[in-house]
Amino acid sequence: MIDFGYGLTPSSTLKIENVANPAFEELRQREPDVAKCIACGSCTASCSAGVFTEMSLRRVILSLQRGREKETLPMLQHCMLCGKCLLVCPRGINTRHLILSIGKVYKMEEDR
Amino acid sequence: MSQNVVVIGGGPAGIEASRRLRDLGYTPILIEKTPVLGGHLARWDRLFPEGIEARTVLDPMVADLDGIKYFTETEVSSINRLKDTWVVKLSNGLSAQVRAILLTTGFDLFKAEKKEEYGYGIYERVITNADLEDWFKSGAAPQFDAVNVIGFVHCVGSRDEKAGNRQCSKVCCVTAVKQACEIKEKFPDATVYCFYMDLRMFGRKYEDLYLKAQKDYGIRFVRGRVSEVSEDNDGHLFVKAEDTLFGKPLKIKMDLLVLMAGMAPAADNHQLARMVNIQTGEDGFYLPQSIIGSPCTSSREGIFFAGAATGPKTLPETLSEAASAALAIDRYLKTPQKK
Ligand SMILES: Cc1cc2nc3c(=O)[nH]c(=O)nc-3n(C[C@H](O)[C@H](O)[C@H](O)COP(=O)(O)OP(=O)(O)OC[C@H]3O[C@@H](n4cnc5c(N)ncnc54)[C@H](O)[C@@H]3O)c2cc1C
Ligand code: SF4
Ligand code: SF4
Ligand code: SF4
Repeated sequence: MIDFGYGLTPSSTLKIENVANPAFEELRQREPDVAKCIACGSCTASCSAGVFTEMSLRRVILSLQRGREKETLPMLQHCMLCGKCLLVCPRGINTRHLILSIGKVYKMEEDR
Repeated sequence: MSQNVVVIGGGPAGIEASRRLRDLGYTPILIEKTPVLGGHLARWDRLFPEGIEARTVLDPMVADLDGIKYFTETEVSSINRLKDTWVVKLSNGLSAQVRAILLTTGFDLFKAEKKEEYGYGIYERVITNADLEDWFKSGAAPQFDAVNVIGFVHCVGSRDEKAGNRQCSKVCCVTAVKQACEIKEKFPDATVYCFYMDLRMFGRKYEDLYLKAQKDYGIRFVRGRVSEVSEDNDGHLFVKAEDTLFGKPLKIKMDLLVLMAGMAPAADNHQLARMVNIQTGEDGFYLPQSIIGSPCTSSREGIFFAGAATGPKTLPETLSEAASAALAIDRYLKTPQKK
């Protein structure tokens, strides 16, 4: 095939058409408060790890809601479970416990 | 003989103000252009934030009209100033000479077909908040086969200069969340999305409703304005928006889309304003003397306002303004006439 110098870029559109997200539903069963997140970003702003790494709990929760769990591992591996995010969450989510549950539901335990 | 006061617009504001004026010893003449009293409230099924039935608010009001002269299917033909009075001629041939007129003409629901990109009136599965209330009220089940994915579009014709309405309609965020929960009750297996720009849950118990929608109903909130809707061969919808928190465009196939049409100024405002020589604001709603200090008083002697005629309002706000307007009129009528 002649190379015209053009390529196809894969679409970056979020595919949530396939709306079933069983892993997130399982997380919701185990940790019902995860549904209360209002994406305020307080957790991310106060996160000790976030200053030096890409850790953002707000972003982790959103990615899981959108079925993009692969994107969360590189973030979560920087979490030190210090619990600072728990102190600031306005919705009173036990974020530290949530992070542990995410590890269990998404089988990230061994990778940590 | 008790003094007459003309009240134009028989919605919640007009009815409540008439009852209050009657209680203060006046004889209100309430004029409603449609065949029924109740305004928009007569169309709603259940009310936010607690889900009580709209008729439990409206029915007792309409059952208590003794001492109020009311005319439905009647409009104002002319209003003229005669010394310190207003002469109001009605389309039914009657006329009244009064010192005070209360304008309670309310709002018009934004015509969702104006936002062509959402396809209301073109695609069968695109409906409005008011259509959904009609459904709930009549109990008529939807005609569509599978309803698995449902979306609510906030700010339709509000906060939109192109649509001619810059203002926030105030009631539609909480209405969307209320309706999302209600539809989830009807279709428990459906996935329900709300597309919002900002969630304005300002009133008492509204935030609680939001929390319940998230936690108990699993409503999915996506921050982003829907940009366009299209239809496939079997009538399903494709909805495009940006997930602005994620920072990526998003496309979802949906079975039903509900547009949260906002509150636009009533079409008759301009004409009535001209008759009594008062101003409407740039936004089309009547301009009170002061939005904070005297929201019921106009710039003209003897002309008063209440309810959504001066901007988007919830029902409790409308009703308490109706009471304030009655007191303002009473005070005005009790001050001695200038010679
Ligand atoms: C989708 C939606 C859902 C809502 N749900 C709720 C809720 O759950 N809880 C809540 O608190 N609020 C709710 N609201 C707000 C509520 O509907 C308003 O607060 C209320 O209707 C305002 O009352 P009003 O009398 O000022 O105006 P309207 O209800 O608009 O009544 C105005 C009346 O005046 C008449 N009129 C107009 N022009 C003339 C004229 N020239 N001559 C004679 N008559 C005239 C009209 O026909 C109408 O009957 C909702 C609003 C919307 C858009
Ligand atoms: S527990 Fe983890 S996510 Fe929370 S502040 Fe500490 S490091 Fe950040
Ligand atoms: S602080 Fe709480 S509500 Fe805010 S983004 Fe983090 S988890 Fe969500
Ligand atoms: S109340 Fe919400 S949906 Fe309605 S116009 Fe305001 S921000 Fe938009």
